[in-house]
Amino acid sequence: MSLARTLASSRVDLLRVAELVAPGSRVLDVGCGDGELLRLLTEERNVDGRGIELSQQGVNDCVAKGLSVIQGDADADLADYPNDAFDYVILSQTLQATRRPRAVLEHMLRIGRRAIVSVPNFGHWQVRAQLALRGRMPVTQSLAYSWYDTPNIHFCTIADFVALAHEVGATIDKSVALDPNGRPLRPLWPKWAWNLFGEQAIFLLHRGR
Amino acid sequence: MGDAAILANGALSQSTAPDSLTFRISPPAALVMDSGATLSPLTIAYQTYGALNAARSNALLVCHALSGDQHVANLHPVTGRAGWWETMVGPGLPFDTDRFFVICSNVLGGCMGTTGPASINPETGNPFGLDFPIVTVADMVRAQALLLDHLGIETLFCVAGGSMGGMQVLQWAASYPTRVFAALPIATSARHSSQNIAFHEVGRQAVMADPDWRGGRYLIEGARPSKGLAVARMAAHITYLSDSALHRRFGRNLQDRSARTFSFDADFQVESYLRHQGAIFVERFDPNSYLYMTRAMDYFDLAADYGGSLANAFKGSRTRFCVVSFTSDWLFPTSDSRALVRALNAGGASVSFVEIETDRGHDAFLLDVPELIETTRGFIDAAARARGIS
Repeated sequence: MSLARTLASSRVDLLRVAELVAPGSRVLDVGCGDGELLRLLTEERNVDGRGIELSQQGVNDCVAKGLSVIQGDADADLADYPNDAFDYVILSQTLQATRRPRAVLEHMLRIGRRAIVSVPNFGHWQVRAQLALRGRMPVTQSLAYSWYDTPNIHFCTIADFVALAHEVGATIDKSVALDPNGRPLRPLWPKWAWNLFGEQAIFLLHRGR
Repeated sequence: MGDAAILANGALSQSTAPDSLTFRISPPAALVMDSGATLSPLTIAYQTYGALNAARSNALLVCHALSGDQHVANLHPVTGRAGWWETMVGPGLPFDTDRFFVICSNVLGGCMGTTGPASINPETGNPFGLDFPIVTVADMVRAQALLLDHLGIETLFCVAGGSMGGMQVLQWAASYPTRVFAALPIATSARHSSQNIAFHEVGRQAVMADPDWRGGRYLIEGARPSKGLAVARMAAHITYLSDSALHRRFGRNLQDRSARTFSFDADFQVESYLRHQGAIFVERFDPNSYLYMTRAMDYFDLAADYGGSLANAFKGSRTRFCVVSFTSDWLFPTSDSRALVRALNAGGASVSFVEIETDRGHDAFLLDVPELIETTRGFIDAAARARGIS
């Protein structure tokens, strides 16, 4: 989980995620890595932040920053949290590395009044091109793993995630697709264009219609 | 036996005249215990390292484990060995004695100067023995709180400890939430498991089966149940290690011989090692005190004191916690720590949790495990910044 994050080429998405969080709220960052987002939120947004991180190094880095972080993973540990324990539950670039993404998303929507999920887009044109033209599993700058050693076992496209959100009965309040430089794509673009040119997307959701 | 007898006397003299600072509580002041007993007079023996700052905000209480004592970071007055947490306490170490005022007191019921079963019962003029009231972890913490009152320390910067020391840390956070800024419970549990009670019962029965135990009156009758206590220590010591740690260190290697002797000598290195561990333990520990310490741990069940809900014990706590467990610790397994972390989270407390990968078993908290040192350093430094300690 942490590897998928630390090796991602660009983490400008963290800033975009942070913009979605209301100041002074309670936040759980699932797969918080070295705690950069939590620190950003604590310092810039005055949030009461908590984290879950799989790697010992990541947890140690977080603890050294004074953050409250628990060693664990999204698949196993979200079930332990009570309903509505947080204002926001954040899962940044991690959903594709979980064993049961649907269950993870459902827990997030249960634990938090809002969920913020960012996912790499497997529908990006570069990914499609590598598979279609070269006939090889895609390896891109942001998805820099070979098929045999990737921690990312449940890829989806932007369209796939929107469909999953609908299936679990969630409402998407906001969404933004980012280009490879982390710049937001124009919100008025048609969704198929997002799915083709967005390298990743960030969603703000809540449970219920 | 001659040397051991002298050393045993050395241990006994520590219980009555310790090489430590002491604080004495005299009537009408008294310690009211969970059992209903009232103890007074009462002596608490303790060591300190570093200096208390002007704001009195940098006090760090270290709580020792079952077989430990207050000699955290100085030569032990009986064995002459290094302090038991010299990896953690000292200048430049995580519990930096240049920054923090580190305190460690011998627990209530102990045998290194704090009042315990080897102390003189003022009513009889003889050692208490089994007339000493049963001690709980909460009683130990009450005694420590009296010591802090005496030292003029209202709020502790941090309470830290492993195993039984970790139980005291949890008890501190539950009993005195406003007096604890940060808490570091290591390799511990909020309740002693059935398996752990079972091991303790084996140890107690070994002590009590020794004919020299004399119904707990060995001090009065001039005897000493060293064999029973040594067996108890040997059995317990196995539980502090792990299968792979024992195998790596000893394997099936023979001790100072090239072949089996076809006898019950200590043919194997691991046997010789355990016998040695038993022998050095009885030099410095009072057998009755061992019974009381193990009982205190057995009785520890923090949730039971809070309506069956561990989360209630920490509800609304402002203390920042860092819980640490070790992968190969089967005495206080990670599942115990996770249960604790769940409860802390449910109670809304601020908690970090690290499971450290090591094959060194429960004893890892006492050893030079770099990940433990680094985690502790990070937690303490961040907490010190939040507390405004330079």
